[in-house]
Amino acid sequence: MDQQILLEKIAFNVMQGRLEAEDEGFDEGLEGKPAVTELVKEAIRDGVDPKSIVLEALTGSMEVVGEKFESGEYLIPDMLASAECVGVAMDLLSPYLLKAGVETKGKFIISTVKGDLHDIGKNIVSIMLKGAGYEVIDLGADVPTDRIVGAVKEHQAPYLGLSALLTTTMRVMGDVIEKLKEEGVRESVKVLIGGAPTSKEFADQIGADAHCKDAFEATNILKTMAH
Amino acid sequence: MDNGQPTNNGRTEGPVFGPYRQGVLVKPYERLNRDHVKWLDDASLSILNDPGIWCYNERAANLFKAHGAEVREEQEASGSFFWRVSLPQGLVRDAVSKAPSRIILGARKPENRLLLDAEVPRVYFGTGSEANVWLDVRMEEFVSVDDSQVKVKVPRFRELRGDTTLLSRAARLCEQLEHLDFFIRPLNIQDPDVTPDNHDVNKFFASLNNITKHVQAGLTRLESLKDVIKMAEIIAGGREELRKNPVISFIACVFKSPLQIVDETAEKVFAIVESGLPLVISSSPQGGSSAPIQEAGMVAQINAEILAGITLVQLIKQGAPVLYGSVPVRVRLDNLFDLYGCPEFNQYNIDCVQMARFYKIPCYSSAGVGDAKVPGMQAVFEKLFTHLHMAMSGAQYIHYAFGLLDRTNSFCPVQAVLDNEQIGKIKHCLREPKIDPSITADMINIVKKVMASPHRLFARHARKAMHAGDISSPYRFEAKDLEDKALENAMGYMNQKEKEPAQHLDQTTVDRIFNEIPGILPGLRQVAE
Repeated sequence: MDQQILLEKIAFNVMQGRLEAEDEGFDEGLEGKPAVTELVKEAIRDGVDPKSIVLEALTGSMEVVGEKFESGEYLIPDMLASAECVGVAMDLLSPYLLKAGVETKGKFIISTVKGDLHDIGKNIVSIMLKGAGYEVIDLGADVPTDRIVGAVKEHQAPYLGLSALLTTTMRVMGDVIEKLKEEGVRESVKVLIGGAPTSKEFADQIGADAHCKDAFEATNILKTMAH
Repeated sequence: MDNGQPTNNGRTEGPVFGPYRQGVLVKPYERLNRDHVKWLDDASLSILNDPGIWCYNERAANLFKAHGAEVREEQEASGSFFWRVSLPQGLVRDAVSKAPSRIILGARKPENRLLLDAEVPRVYFGTGSEANVWLDVRMEEFVSVDDSQVKVKVPRFRELRGDTTLLSRAARLCEQLEHLDFFIRPLNIQDPDVTPDNHDVNKFFASLNNITKHVQAGLTRLESLKDVIKMAEIIAGGREELRKNPVISFIACVFKSPLQIVDETAEKVFAIVESGLPLVISSSPQGGSSAPIQEAGMVAQINAEILAGITLVQLIKQGAPVLYGSVPVRVRLDNLFDLYGCPEFNQYNIDCVQMARFYKIPCYSSAGVGDAKVPGMQAVFEKLFTHLHMAMSGAQYIHYAFGLLDRTNSFCPVQAVLDNEQIGKIKHCLREPKIDPSITADMINIVKKVMASPHRLFARHARKAMHAGDISSPYRFEAKDLEDKALENAMGYMNQKEKEPAQHLDQTTVDRIFNEIPGILPGLRQVAE
């Protein structure tokens, strides 16, 4: 297949949120046709430059998806489906990008804090950020403070996302920040917090860098931080 | 069949009818068991035999007599005469069994037709009553006495006298409400130029020229029937076409409760039935004043009245399309007004739906009316309480459902918009479950897939259901902050809907109607663009 057509097809399928051939898209009648996984593999096989796959097929299409969400045409499942497509494409491309010396937008460590098993919101943020081009290191739920801080140090991550759903566990976020200070890494990492009971005021109170009300705000805040 | 209706009085499957509104097919909630139904049926037939009915119409009395009823003339204390009719059980049973169980109510747009089948609990919702008042709402801003920076918007209400312009506006709005299936004129027209002589042609024309759904009304004057039918024939495309696609139908409250056949209404019943158009035999006794307040007594009596009415219809013309019209209400014990939106209202009405189903006659029922005078918490409670229960009962044709306030005295357009949202949610809630082996197999696959994925999140797999329309939307008029903006948001939505182009009849049809039918107000002459 012509490389340009292949890139356009990948972009189209990202916008349709079709990960595999068996998936349906946003529009009807697409089931059974090659989707992002099959097309990206084909592109790699055909020797298409991985950087142009990222720039021409993945990044732009996710921006269109974001616009469609903003306008109300897409709902969260549509957005997540597209983000998941980009995430999987990035996994497939990652060894080739590494070889070509292409970097991600940065490492983002994400975790639900100790005592809290709720991970839906954290997972959504994780999928969205991966789709937005970050290298997401997801530590899971109910993660001890020491392990979170250890991961920040080990990966030298510039970003840390903390999540909690319970009013009884949200204070653990403050403990994590205190621990980062103790370990001398607070200045090297931006801490973003989120979760139903949290607020901007709470973020200020515990000394976090930002409060994100949802995954979309998280991507926007990260864009601002990068600048 | 001469009335153009499906030949199903033999309870056979009818032909394919073409497009019709889907309504919502429910699994009926039944309050009565078989014994209850039998006891009520027995009680109704017993009442019809003794004390029988007080018939003030000679033709009806003679017709009953000719078919075996015992009829004797009696005199009231006031001196007026009436016929006391004792209906034998066999006569009633035989006549009722001749009534069609399946009726089509036509519409200007074929896809807006309604298929009423007594044996299929497909539920439709529409407007009702003939309120004198149009309740106008506007939001006014008020400033806090403590802090001038704090402002709130509060609804202010104004009562307008119903007229043809407002009835036209109501029909236009109702055309746009997607969950509204039929239109019964919700507003009485009281223009200075509307007289008893031209009341019917104006109310039917104001309705029919602004909505493409089924239009139904009572007849103010018998003499107008000819002109109303002619108007409907012009719209439907001819005499036969109207019988096949009855774009209009009628309501007749032939019984004045308790158990009295009204002379003038009986004459209308004769004429409407002879015309071949569908008719609702409606009865609305008030439990505690014109019927017993006890459930058993109320239902036995209203059922007797409706059965006698249906018997009359079938004796006039066997197989005539007729709806079992039950509007039982309860009295308020503090002022003897009707009390809607109360548990007894639901009990009476659900029972009647079951009785209609027992006789295999489509049921015209009632919901969405209450005592609240303005939109708000009380209105929502009363409406939801009855909307949901009556939909669950599987009544085929639920009137009063949109915009009514202050019992049946006001029609409020923004309330109709709020009701539309509520009814949409109810229709969604009562949809048939989508569960079968192939669907459960799909679900197992999804669970397996998600459990094998890193985040174990089902959100992506919601898309298919979303796109199939299986997932409902949030409440349309919700507010984002710590406030209730339902009314304000509904008004915004109504304003948008009212800007949609009107679905007027075409120029030729309107010209013909104005040329051939006298009495229509010139202001109603509006044509499709």
